[in-house]
Amino acid sequence: MTAPRTLYDKIWDDHVVDRSEDGTCLLYIDRHLVHEVTSPQAFEGLRMSGRKVRAPEKTIAVPDHNVPTTAGRDKHIDNEESRIQVEALDKNANDFGINYYPVNDIRQGIVHIVGPEQGWTLPGMTVVCGDSHTATHGAFGALAHGIGTSEVEHVLATQTLIQKKSKNMKVEITGKLRPGVTAKDITLSVIGATGTAGGTGYVIEYCGEAIRDLSMEGRMTVCNMAIEGGARAGLIAPDEKTFEYVKGRPHAPKGAAWEAALAYWKTLYTDEGAHFDKVVTIKGEDIAPVVTWGTSPEDVLPITGSVPAPEDFTGGKVEAARRSLDYMGLTPGMKLTDIKIDAVFIGSCTNGRIEDLRAAAAILKGKKIAPGVRGMVVPGSGLVRAQAEEEGLAQIFIDAGFEWRLAGCSMCLAMNPDQLAPGERCASTSNRNFEGRQGFKGRTHLMSPAMAAAAAVTGHLTDVREMMTETV
Amino acid sequence: MEKFTKLTGIAAPMPLVNIDTDMIIPKQFLKTIKRSGLGVNLFDEMRYDREGREIPDFVLNKPQYREAQILVAGDNFGCGSSREHAPWALLDFGIRAVISTSFADIFFNNCFKNGILPIVLPQDAVEVLMKDAEKGSNARMTVDLEAQSVTSSDGQVFHFEVDAFKKHCLLNGLDDIGLTMEKVTAIDAFEKKAATLRPWA
Ligand code: SF4
Repeated sequence: MTAPRTLYDKIWDDHVVDRSEDGTCLLYIDRHLVHEVTSPQAFEGLRMSGRKVRAPEKTIAVPDHNVPTTAGRDKHIDNEESRIQVEALDKNANDFGINYYPVNDIRQGIVHIVGPEQGWTLPGMTVVCGDSHTATHGAFGALAHGIGTSEVEHVLATQTLIQKKSKNMKVEITGKLRPGVTAKDITLSVIGATGTAGGTGYVIEYCGEAIRDLSMEGRMTVCNMAIEGGARAGLIAPDEKTFEYVKGRPHAPKGAAWEAALAYWKTLYTDEGAHFDKVVTIKGEDIAPVVTWGTSPEDVLPITGSVPAPEDFTGGKVEAARRSLDYMGLTPGMKLTDIKIDAVFIGSCTNGRIEDLRAAAAILKGKKIAPGVRGMVVPGSGLVRAQAEEEGLAQIFIDAGFEWRLAGCSMCLAMNPDQLAPGERCASTSNRNFEGRQGFKGRTHLMSPAMAAAAAVTGHLTDVREMMTETV
Repeated sequence: MEKFTKLTGIAAPMPLVNIDTDMIIPKQFLKTIKRSGLGVNLFDEMRYDREGREIPDFVLNKPQYREAQILVAGDNFGCGSSREHAPWALLDFGIRAVISTSFADIFFNNCFKNGILPIVLPQDAVEVLMKDAEKGSNARMTVDLEAQSVTSSDGQVFHFEVDAFKKHCLLNGLDDIGLTMEKVTAIDAFEKKAATLRPWA
């Protein structure tokens, strides 16, 4: 009899190639996702040492971080450095024979949206990418985490990663969510409760009724931000919803292979009595629609709250809060709903999927963006974009006054021309509110797509629940 | 990779908590396809104003810290993105060791791949070293990886823990890929087994 194991333990055990005495393991990697920003130096490294990509069939590349989201980008990218990076990826994908979705392919999009969409991400796999939000793929019960460029090169060359096992952490969201509360509110609330270092050294398994009830899109939103809580990865045990989502995707197994895979996937759950080193439990009904007020994802408050004062905190956080408030241009005590915005960004690997666009469009239908507010919708992939057009969502956004863009990371990190001007304030569905993240001196408030849409309509941070009663 | 054995140098104090990788190297500098030359843009938005002039208050702009080789930082240093440009920029500036109570996971790993030693010490030790770093350029700290110790300018010694394998690689400047390549038979065997157990993967 083996001792009861967590989901993480099981996936880990099935991927250990070699274990040293000190516990350092060589872990086999099933899927390696690659994008243009963190890979050029890795491919260069391979060239310099005369190495090949060990498993090109398990390696998938797509340009996303740097690409403009406006028409004509497949012909020409103005910014020279961006163009060089995209061209470098074109060349590397071709030279090394890896799977590739170039910028003019309808399947192009944010790497963490493309992987699941194309069926590359499957339960029980190990998935890595030179990007911290690789945690997203954990929604499928895959062990997925971000790596640096040296590790990208290591995986390209050996299809393995040198790893030490993390500890197990359980985050349970019990019961049901209240109306107007979404996956984004769950994941932000968890970070608010644990802090951005609360998950450091752990792999989180999210569980509980509220997590089970989420769609696959919602689960991806939750796992996406595991990294913002410091965790190496986030995981959700696969279930019927997972299998349903995966089935029929281009790279999902078919026929007999599907049956075999399914039988294996059904063993991927945490055994009764398995040990967790840390447990956090939050009641679903206690979670409100939230927004961030500061420059760290842990700076989370219910939308009904007020801007805190530095003195509300302790230790190093006092100074950090002072700096944040100054940066964000906020005064302690002011109501969050009084914060006026200049821009709205709907997109990113956190909230750029079809369900997110539906949620935002439901609020925006028949309404207009507030005067003076700039709105931008950037679908997570070309396929999401096409589907949104088919469902009539694109028209709702356009009628409301939003810009309807091509797929990419866009203003999530503002490496392309989509940026905030200094001092501009944005209601954003992305995952990071760091200083300068969306543009030099830009100010970011993180929230769900529905909340961002509500803010677009009123021109200030808004409790979406008030608008929901209006529309019902 | 450059070895790290023992270093005596100036330590710069950065008490701010949650210094993220966007602060260490903002995204506009990630467009390079090289690893070198990022040092001038280290902490760019804290270090320079919009016109590119140095902000005199920023610690690394102060005369006594311009040659710093060690950073003493607040909790959770390096949180955020996986960009290895962060350690590349630190290294290019000349930083070889960072001391904090905690580091973000990916950044921590990335440091070791680039000859930078991230050192985790308890809160009270970091506070002592932070004070020490505030003394400026006459107060030199010593970081000894072999002995796993940090010695403050007035001789206080703090012991730190470090993963044995990572220590070995850093002390000898070893390239991970080369080491893993030696295990190619084990990888071959694993792939063979996996092909029957999980043929869809
Ligand atoms: S959308 Fe944002 S968080 Fe996601 S991969 Fe792109 S830059 Fe990173």
